[in-house]
Amino acid sequence: MTTRTFRVWRGDKSGGEFRDYEVPIDEGMVVLDVVHRIQATQAPDLAVRWNCKAGKCGSCSCEINGKPRLSCMTRMDTLPAEGPITVQPIKTFPVIRDLVTDVAWNYRQKRRIPGFRPRPRNPDGTYRMQQEDVDRIQEFRKCIECYLCQDVCHVLRDQGKLDKFVGPRFMIYLANQEMHPLDNADRIPAVRRDFGSGYCNITKCCTEVCPEGIHITDNAIIPLKERVVDRFYDPIAAIVRLVRDKPTKEPAPALDPD
Amino acid sequence: MADLSDIQSVEHDVVVIGAGGAGLRAAIECGLQGLNTGLVCKSLLGKAHTVMAEGGCAAALGNVAPQDNWKVHFRDTMRGGKFLNDWRMAELHAKQAPDRVRELEEWGAVFDRTPSGLISQRNFGGHRYPRLAHVGDRTGLEMIRTLQDKLVYLQHVAVHMECTALELLLDDGAIAGVLAYWRETGRLFLLKTKAVILATGGGGRAWRFTSNSWEYTGDGFALAYEAGAELINMEFTQFHPTGMVWPPSVRGILVTEGVRGDGGVLKNSAGDRFMFSYIPEKFAAETADTVEEADRWLADSSKNRRPPELLTRDVVARAITREVVEGRGSPHGGVFLDIASRRDPEFIKRKLPSMYHQFKELAGVDITKEPMEVGPTLHYFMGGIRVDADTQMSRVPGLFAAGECSGGMHGANRLGGNSLSDLLVFGQLAGVGARQYISGLGKQPRIDMAQVERAVQRATAPLNRAEGINPYVVTEHLQHVMDRYVNIVRQRDELETALVELEKLKQEVAQVKAPGASQYNPGWHEAIALGSLLITAESVTRAALIREESRGGHSRVDFPGESDEWVKVSVVARKGVDGQMEVRTEPRPQPPADLAQIAHATLEELEGSGATAAREKGASA
Repeated sequence: MTTRTFRVWRGDKSGGEFRDYEVPIDEGMVVLDVVHRIQATQAPDLAVRWNCKAGKCGSCSCEINGKPRLSCMTRMDTLPAEGPITVQPIKTFPVIRDLVTDVAWNYRQKRRIPGFRPRPRNPDGTYRMQQEDVDRIQEFRKCIECYLCQDVCHVLRDQGKLDKFVGPRFMIYLANQEMHPLDNADRIPAVRRDFGSGYCNITKCCTEVCPEGIHITDNAIIPLKERVVDRFYDPIAAIVRLVRDKPTKEPAPALDPD
Repeated sequence: MADLSDIQSVEHDVVVIGAGGAGLRAAIECGLQGLNTGLVCKSLLGKAHTVMAEGGCAAALGNVAPQDNWKVHFRDTMRGGKFLNDWRMAELHAKQAPDRVRELEEWGAVFDRTPSGLISQRNFGGHRYPRLAHVGDRTGLEMIRTLQDKLVYLQHVAVHMECTALELLLDDGAIAGVLAYWRETGRLFLLKTKAVILATGGGGRAWRFTSNSWEYTGDGFALAYEAGAELINMEFTQFHPTGMVWPPSVRGILVTEGVRGDGGVLKNSAGDRFMFSYIPEKFAAETADTVEEADRWLADSSKNRRPPELLTRDVVARAITREVVEGRGSPHGGVFLDIASRRDPEFIKRKLPSMYHQFKELAGVDITKEPMEVGPTLHYFMGGIRVDADTQMSRVPGLFAAGECSGGMHGANRLGGNSLSDLLVFGQLAGVGARQYISGLGKQPRIDMAQVERAVQRATAPLNRAEGINPYVVTEHLQHVMDRYVNIVRQRDELETALVELEKLKQEVAQVKAPGASQYNPGWHEAIALGSLLITAESVTRAALIREESRGGHSRVDFPGESDEWVKVSVVARKGVDGQMEVRTEPRPQPPADLAQIAHATLEELEGSGATAAREKGASA
């Protein structure tokens, strides 16, 4: 058994500091196990959010050696063998205490996005969708809402434009609604106007940190941006639409001002 | 004395405690019924343990096997539950599950599809036909997210996140409110309400090796028990046969039954498919008895009998335990689960992506190339709060329960996939039940502030003690006792030892000390959860001691085999007038004749001629 130094941020919204803990490490441990060991043996009031401990609930997001990660899926043997390991809360959202942050902003964003609007069932009472037609949204639906993508998004993290852009998590949520074969609402004007698709400059940081491996930028954000461009910035398409197309989708309802 | 003047309070018609599948479905129903609804969840919304559910949601949709229908599902459920299930609950469940699943699709859920574009269904242990609507191996996440996304747009529903219920408040024996506290601030929160729906899940955290998350501390059992409700058949605890066994820090995490449903096989250290030696007589007629037939089933499930790896969970879990005890286990004390030699890597990654991910990341094992090491893990409580089958109301007026925290539906053993359907069906029914109760309510219930004060003092005691025991150490002690004496195979002297140990633990719990302030203090949360864990552990142990037979999730070495006498009784626990736990047996009512007939019918009788035709068609294809 080896012993490692864990440098854990302790504090609250008024401020804090890193504190060192010497912790014995067993084979196969993940960072969350070590945090729990600190809690059980040295600092019973060390606050950390966790739930499933299997990478499925997205509660235990934090920054390990400066990198946003799920602490339950970060094995100790994948970290450098020497030196202290730093663990700190995700930066984009306000700290509550220690490793726990206030992610309520994300819940408010979801409520702003118009809900799923299904078309009527077929006459035989069924909905029929082919697997290949749902493959791409099933990718988005793998999202565990860990908000690591929100944490690394430059628009949110460095520029602090939380009032302008909903962030990668909700771009894939919008893409899911928009590309859902049963959904009847038109969200493209809102994607541009209310949710700030133009702010993303495609650095793909979100895709890199996604623990579910969702191709957030390539499969969700870029296609949404393309639809916005087609709708608002393509003069030929606009004329063709005026002449030929009747809008087949209902416009999305007005937003909750929240 | 606690200062109650600054307690934040709120008024609701109904408060739902727990925001897993059952709680969300119940809250949605309450919202749709126009009730002013409060949803109390211990974690953030959408993080509940239901996200861990992998395999699928059982419902006789008949999309893959047209001969399937509610009667066959009902029969499978009763047989799986060893006929100890509440007959009416099993009936309601089998009949209503298809509608509840289709409704999810209307709310945006995207299940995997059949070639004709319908919801696909997969095979699972104990289910006669492919019956589980699924999304790869992350069905629970899909359901939670669908329900969560439906809920947030509902009027009248307020979500109280990271909020833990401490006590149910009563007015003349009926529900009047809930005392809770916020994790973030540690402050108390008083919810005045006419009805409460408990949807808190089980209590697996009383054991060390469990598939359950930290939230599973038996809160609902304890809240209901303290309020005067009864707990039924608590001895039936399900050990899922396949939990991870290595590395130590992930021991207990679930490996979905879908691995076996999609062709995975269990082998011992000699490489034998040992499940062929453990086929119970009752299932012999419907189970393949040679490797050749079991392998043919993989290609054509309509013509061949099912492989023994898909026997019910209790049978498989006991078989694995026996192999390990007799020295044929894997290096880390489990057995091998092999899908690598059965399916190609692409199939495995597509059908079991989370399992691939989980083993790769946590154990460094590539399941498309090597077998997994697996062993039993405490997974589910069949027992729970006793409720009326149609309304979900307990014997405390205004107190309802749905999902895992309620008891009866699954009898002695739950079939995989029946939990996700259970929480939808009974979550919805509990919402309807609560609305009916509230509309018949004469007077507004009143909060008894003296009761609030006592509850506050109890809850804050661990913070106020000058000295005391570390709550984490007490939890470890409890888990050790349950692992050692109340495990998968039980006997009288060990259960009696457990009771002695639990008495000692009560003394320890009365002395726990949580250092620090009340603001987001995990040590304090642990101290509070210990009270619930102890009630859970004691009720399981006492019930297990009383039931002198082996049935489903309850195995007694001193009373092997099912007894015809014990199937006639339920074991019921309640708080006695002296404050001690009373556990006794109670005769079960006779089953309705029509349901008994279905449960004991042959498959041919239930499938009808259409089924025979379908099978013949399958045979000629």
